[in-house]
Order: sequence, then C-alpha cells, then structure tokens
Amino acid sequence: MSKRNPDYDFKWCPGCGDFGVKRALEGALLDRSSARSESVENTVIVAGIGCSGNLVHLQEGPQPFGLHGIHGRALGIAYGLKSTRTDLNVVVVSGDGDFLSIGAEHIGPQAKRNLDITAIVMDNGVYGLTKGQASPTTELEVVTSTTPYGKLDDQSFPLQTYLAAGVPFIASTLSTQVKALQTIIGEAMDYPGFSIVHVQSPCTTYNDTYALLKGNEKEGIEPLAFPIPDNHDAGDLDAAYALARGGRIPVGILYQHDQSIPSHERLRLARERTGATQKSVDEIFQTMAI
Amino acid sequence: MSKNLVVRFAGEGGQGVVGGSEILAAAAAAVGYHVLTFSTFPSQIKGGPAWGQARISTEEVLSSGDELDVLVALNQYAYDHNVEELSAGGFVVYNSEEFELDDPRAIGLPADQMAREAGNPRAANMIVIGAVAELAKFPLTYLEQFVTERFTRGRPGDEAIIEGNIKALHMGAEAAATKGLSLESLDDAPTLEGERILIKGFEAACLGAIAADLDSFIGYPISPATTMLVFMESHLHGPGKFVGQSSSEIESIAALVGGGFSGKKVMTSTSGPGLSLMGEGLGLAWMAEIPLVVANVQRGGPATGLPTKTEQSDLIVAINPGHGDMSVPVIAPGTIEEAFWGTIEAMNWAERYQGPVILLSETSIAERQQDIIKPDLSKVRSEKRTVSDGATGSERYTGDGISPFPVPGGPGAYVANGSEHDEQGDTTHLPDVHVRMTDRRFKKLELLMDGSYESVQTSASVAVLPWGSSKGPTLAAYRELVADGMDLGWYYTMYINPMPSALLEELQQKELVLIPELSYLGQLGQILRSKGINAQSITQYTGLPFKEQDLKQRLADAIRAHTGKLAAV
Repeated sequence: MSKRNPDYDFKWCPGCGDFGVKRALEGALLDRSSARSESVENTVIVAGIGCSGNLVHLQEGPQPFGLHGIHGRALGIAYGLKSTRTDLNVVVVSGDGDFLSIGAEHIGPQAKRNLDITAIVMDNGVYGLTKGQASPTTELEVVTSTTPYGKLDDQSFPLQTYLAAGVPFIASTLSTQVKALQTIIGEAMDYPGFSIVHVQSPCTTYNDTYALLKGNEKEGIEPLAFPIPDNHDAGDLDAAYALARGGRIPVGILYQHDQSIPSHERLRLARERTGATQKSVDEIFQTMAI
Repeated sequence: MSKNLVVRFAGEGGQGVVGGSEILAAAAAAVGYHVLTFSTFPSQIKGGPAWGQARISTEEVLSSGDELDVLVALNQYAYDHNVEELSAGGFVVYNSEEFELDDPRAIGLPADQMAREAGNPRAANMIVIGAVAELAKFPLTYLEQFVTERFTRGRPGDEAIIEGNIKALHMGAEAAATKGLSLESLDDAPTLEGERILIKGFEAACLGAIAADLDSFIGYPISPATTMLVFMESHLHGPGKFVGQSSSEIESIAALVGGGFSGKKVMTSTSGPGLSLMGEGLGLAWMAEIPLVVANVQRGGPATGLPTKTEQSDLIVAINPGHGDMSVPVIAPGTIEEAFWGTIEAMNWAERYQGPVILLSETSIAERQQDIIKPDLSKVRSEKRTVSDGATGSERYTGDGISPFPVPGGPGAYVANGSEHDEQGDTTHLPDVHVRMTDRRFKKLELLMDGSYESVQTSASVAVLPWGSSKGPTLAAYRELVADGMDLGWYYTMYINPMPSALLEELQQKELVLIPELSYLGQLGQILRSKGINAQSITQYTGLPFKEQDLKQRLADAIRAHTGKLAAV
C-alpha cells in the first residue's frame, strides 16, 4: 500500500533495493522543489514495466504526476512528453530488463537528440516480476529459469552502452547509499540534457548481490563496487571508458559532457537562425489558389 | 463534344509521369475545369512501371476515370500494359526514340530530340503535353499561361526556361496536328463559383489538423504516409509547436501518449506496418484515456505488402489495433473535403472522449490532387478536453464517463496507467474495478455516435453503402443505376466507428446493404453483419481503385441476384 492510496496493494519484497531508490527520489524531488520554488506537480515520473516501474505508485510526500506505461517504452513516452512540454521535469524510472532489453532501441535516439530528461535505471540483474529469468546484466553461466545450462549470452555492461550511445551525463550508484543517490539524482535532474543514473538495486528474492557489491572481508569477498576516485575527470571520455571497462562497479559521476545543448534548445536556436514563422491555414490555402 | 478527358502518362519511375499528369491537371484547373489526378508506382525511386493519370471534366469528378482518351506511353512495357484501357476513339502518344509501334491510333514523337531543338532538353514532357492538347483541342494559350506562372520564380534564366517550354508545347502540338487525328473535343470549361484551390488529400488532412489547433506531430517515414510528416515539418513551427521524426512507429505512438498526457493535441501519420507496431501503444492510450490521433494511410496487403498501392484492408486492425477489449474510434474520409473536415473531427473526437482516434485514409485519397472550393474556415470548431481544476484531488478516473483531465504542472497529480487501475490510476486487479473501468471506457464512445450521414431514397429495401475512397466511383455507379430505373437507397458516412446510431438503425431495416470496398475480406461488411445488418461486400483487391462501370455492373448483378432469390421464394 502507499500512504496516498491505502487500497493500493503492490509490495516490493523485504530488502528490495528499490526502496532506497524511492527514498532517494522522494528526497531529490523535495530538494528540487525548495531550491527552485517549483511545485512537485511540475515533475512527471514515467515508469516502465517490472518491479522498478511500481515506484511511481509508491511515492510518498508531495505527489508528482505519473505515467505507468507499457514495457520498454518509457523513453519514447518521455520523448513526446518533454518535447511538447519543455517546462516539465521528466524522470524515467526503469529496470535492466525494461531499459536494456526490450527498451534498448530508445536509448540511442534520446542520447542523439539530447532529450533533457533523467532516467533512473534500477539494475538487479534479473527479471524479478516474472520470477527470475536472465536479463541482459545477468552474468555469463548463471543458472536461471530460462538459462538451465547457465547463461550462454555474454553479460551486458550498461555503462559502456551509455558511453557508446553518446549519453552526456552518466552516473553509477548503489541503492544502499541513499543520501549520495539523492544528491546525484538532483544533479542529474539539473543537468541540461539526457542524464542516466544507473543504480545497483539488488533483488533479495532472485539475485541478492548485496554482499558481492559491498564485499566481505571475513569470507574473502572483494567489494565489486568502488568509489570513483576524486581525481577522475568526468569530462574525459577515455577515463570514463577505462572505469566502465574495469570489470567492477564504479560509484559516482562517471561522465559529464560540459557543452550539452538539449533538444528543445537546439530547436529554439534553429528556428531563430532560419526565421521560420507559422503561416495561418488561410495563408497556406492561398498558395494553392487556382 | 465531350464532358471528360482522361489522360494517362505511363513509363517508369523517375520519368516524370506523375509530374506530367499533374501539370496537365493544374493547367486545366486554371482554365476552370474540374480535375482529379491518380498515380501508381512501384516502391522504388528510379525505374519500375509507373503511371500518372489526370481526369479533366466539366462536371464534378468522382473517380480517376474508367477509360483512357489518351495514353502517353514512354516505353514498350507501358504501351503493352495500358493500351487495353484505351477508349474507342482514343489515341496513344509515344516516344519514338524508345520504341516503334504499329498501331493506327498511335502518334510517335522523338520527344527528347524535339525538346533539345526547343532549347530545353528537360521539356520532353511539354512536347507530349502539347501533343495531347492538340488531340483534345485544348487551347495552348492556357498551357502557356500555366507554364509562365509556374516558372516565374524570380531566378535568372526563368525567361529562357519559359520560352523553351512554350516552344516545346507548340512543337508537340504541331507534330500531332500533322497526323490529322483528333479526339472528340472537350466542352468549354464551366464558370465555377467560389474561391477554388488545387490541393492533395494529405495536404487537406494536415491543414485540418492545424486548423483544429494541433500542437505536435511526431512520425516515422513510411509510404504512403511520409508526405504528412514532411508537410508538418515545413508548416507547423509556431511557438510551442513541435514536429519530430521518431526512431520507429513504436516510438511515435509512445511519444504521442506522452504528448497527449502532457495536455497537448498530438498526431502522427503511418501506414499498415506502422499501425501494426502501434497496437500496444494505442491500447495504452485507450486504457489511460489519453487523447491522440493516428492518421493511417492504407496501402495494400499484410507485412510489406503493396507499399504504394491503394486498399481498404486496415479497417479491422484500426478498430482493434491491439490485444484486449477496446474499440478505437475511426473516421474514414472519402473525398478531399472530408480529409480536411474529417481530420478536424478526429481531433475533436480525441479531445471529447479522451482517447485515441484513427483517421483512416488511403493512398488514393492522400495522393490525389483535386480542385475544391476553399474550405470555409469560419466553420471550423476546435474542441478542447475539460481540464481538471483539482476539485477531485488525485481521483482522475471518477464517475462512469468523461472526467476532467489533470494537466501536469497543475493540480490533480495522478498516475496515468496502462494496467487496470482504480480512480487514482493505481494498479488493481479486482474484478469489480475491471468491470467498472471497462464499462466506463466503452460508455465514453456514446459521445461519438451523433455523426452525420448521407441518405437518399431511404424507402428502398436494398441500399448501397460505400466507405472511404470507394465513395466516388460508387456514387457515379449509383446515379446511373437510379437513372436506369433501379430502386436503390444510398447511404454514406465517414464516421465508421462508432457509426451514427440512427444510421445503424436505418440499415438494420434493409433487406440488403451492398458495401463496395477494396479488400479480400470485405471488412466493413463483416463488421456490419455483426451488428445485425444484412451486409454484402462487393470486393476488389488489385491495389487500384474501383472503376465506375465495373462497379455499376457488379452492383446490378448483386441486386438482380437478390431479387431473383426473393422471386424464387
């Protein structure tokens, strides 16, 4: 249930990483609201399908608008939403299946348009809502209900995908570090262009990676996650690639292009440059006069 | 004297056959004739059999014409595959540099060489048009006037181009005159009242959308619907307007859902394959109650099918484009005027019932060019959805019909949801909520059932009901059948789903309703039979429009078979 709607009965499993993402997003929206004197209703959360998408119904506190669409199309919906209403703050919430498998075809176009939205991708390395099938970020050889011989397809590395697609703002984060995540989501929403906040958000039921991410000295597990060093230059694409290819999970802002011109600004400039003006229907009819 | 002149330019893609027919039509329209063009070509830029046809008439033109008065054949294939449509007394004009014909009706012209002699190597078309004009006794002065206007573009060299073209017209005419052949000459042009424009169907649809205050158009290139996207890119760019090229039809419909949800009036254009891809997104718009308009310009066949031909085989998928219970409203224009007014109505329907609407066009409507009286813009009525003032809080989906629409940034934050949902838009699978919300979504369609329709000779027990582009040829056939003494009712509407309830009631009283339609399945016939109407489709699936005389014969046969059956009882 949500505080807003006691009848709503969807539940995440206890310990789900998505709880942390929800709290961080709620905090970031409040921060934004007070910093800009802007109503939370000026934000729209566009959700995909999967455990992650249910976040839109569970938001507590002042309510943003929500659009819980169809599987894989949250970015496409955000394209029309932001292009027609540049005044709105548009946030996509998605998962590794929704964003990187069925929805992958929409990443490149938004990056190339430089659509001014923020996508928060909750990566748990599994299809949770359909009960534990392999996802693009599931590791090679892992046995799941759809990979009885172990996963045969290579694992996807989303940070490399985003860099190759030309996404101008890329952050890699952990659902357990709520405060840091809140700050990064805020920065991503402020960024003038397409920003992706990729969150390791473990699934306690089908793919519990908490210990792997954090490491366990006693059991001799090296932490998979590591903080991006302070001296990393986020404007350096090669440095970002090096971190993304390191085989571990860097935490922090991986890449940030500092000359970003978002799509609606490109359109405004183009219209200014060409002096395009709207002709009335009657004027257009006149050009067809016999 | 004759009321009609039908000229077909046949050759291969890239030879300007469509341009040739359009120049002739535009010149004839400028003189005061009614004109209609139709073209057909393969899905390639250069080569492949293509033809463009112009029908010029002293009366309202209802179809592209049955028989050819002049066939312009630019190669042997074009002659071989089109000559059987030549009328008795018709002529062939052909390019004698390409091939030789042994046909007493044929006039060979070395058009390219003559064009070079005229001083404009690109004026081969004008040589041919001059010859056609001579055969039809169509005064060259009109064509000269047209050429002068068309090529006066404020560029250096305009004059030389005009001179070369005019010379080419005369050379063509003189060459034809020496053959001593002539057609029955065309009656003088009528004096037409009103401000007339020469417009294509897709332009009329786009301008209807702009007149109805369209905010945004997002589309993906696909034949034969690309023309709408291109038109919008160059005509919709005022403040706050957005036109975009999406990365697929799936992205188009998703973006439209986003744009409609944002409070804006949004539209896309596509054709069959794109509509198939949009199925799930249209379901989302239906479930979440988001206004948007999809213009689907029908081509032929499933899969890639016939990308540049015309058919009426997308009706069922337009009404039920995706899985689950839904019934998407459909408006199908049958004329250029209806393409304008029908698009306005489609936008109004979307706003009124808060959901997706399909404007079901066809290649032969979208690509046809015709003279019409300029639509009276003072009659345009543009509806806008009722916006929420926040009085119902986050309860977006209240009551059993339309409820106020909360606009992001304003009050009434809710979740627009493609899953079954409660009043606030939160997901639920409770049986009673699914029943309540399903009923609500269907009940809203009642707001669209008061559309107008045409009805003539309503006392007849047998009626004809064409839809879309079949309207014109059916009307021509109908008029002849009635003139022949047949007792036959006429019904027509562009409001296909939901159909005006009064029309359905009338049709249910008929012994037989004949539906001329361009598909194998006879899709409107199927739909009407499911509503208790004894509908029988007259089908054709050649990728081409009906011909008036064929249709007249088939209608007469169907009526005779019906009366025969009755007599046998």
